[in-house]
Amino acid sequence: MWTWFHKLASPPHFYRTATVLEPWLFWPALILLGIGLYGGLIVAPADYMQGDGYRIIYVHVPSSYLSMFSYVTMAVASAIGLIWRMKLAFCVAVACAPIGAAFTFLSLVTGAIWGQPMWGTWWVWDPRLTSQLILFFLYLGYMFLRQALAETRQADRASGVLAVVGVVNIPIIHFSVEWWNSLHQPASLSKLEAPSIAADMLWPLLVMILAYQLLMLALLMTGIRAQVLEREKNARWVGELIGREGRGA
Amino acid sequence: MSDFFAMGGYGTYVWSAYSLSFVVLVAIVWFARRNLANTRERLKRQRLSSQERTP
Repeated sequence: MWTWFHKLASPPHFYRTATVLEPWLFWPALILLGIGLYGGLIVAPADYMQGDGYRIIYVHVPSSYLSMFSYVTMAVASAIGLIWRMKLAFCVAVACAPIGAAFTFLSLVTGAIWGQPMWGTWWVWDPRLTSQLILFFLYLGYMFLRQALAETRQADRASGVLAVVGVVNIPIIHFSVEWWNSLHQPASLSKLEAPSIAADMLWPLLVMILAYQLLMLALLMTGIRAQVLEREKNARWVGELIGREGRGA
Repeated sequence: MSDFFAMGGYGTYVWSAYSLSFVVLVAIVWFARRNLANTRERLKRQRLSSQERTP
């Protein structure tokens, strides 16, 4: 176990692992997306209250979940980087930011598109919506902060602290629909209770969430590879890697 | 078939949400891959130019 951990913590090994994992995450994600779309758009019946309009759930909930998952990953990786001064942990954190920002954007916009026909408005300053908007700004702040600091170590530390502090927003987003009177409906899925929606509506949602999850991990691998190369640019193994390509092998 | 696209009157909303999701997901995959390729290209150029300076 520990030798495996130490091996993974070496940049070339980390890079190779990410390279090997990437297609194994990406292609299953695409297959599951196909199955999930078929289930969500064709198999699942119309909702008795929202008609076919509820089908937005199949793109809204996965992106919302991944917007939070990406943030927690970014915050945990930053914390590991700050505590144990691990460069590789910061590679993971940096790679999370644009992915998480994209999912947060999708969550907000698909939510607005869903809100218009069901609530009669694109946007309300509701606890759930507002805290999700703050999540979007946290991602943007993280990326702008890194851009502003030229020195990598300084950028790692400052943006790492921002990511760790910002994690308080995650429980706020999650519990906002319970703590305050919200227009947003409470969670459709819960780990502890039996699901409150019909099986034919449920399985496409679970498949879509899994597809988005795998896609996020595949994107993370691509981002990690770019980060590791950038930070290890003077290492011999990077030279060998790039050089080997140059000769067409 | 036209029933399917109408989505019980919610067609505009449902399809705009799905197509936007599709566009953004394709875009982030494309950007991530382009970024990796650009990084490799840049490092390769940097190495070649540093080799020329120190023969």
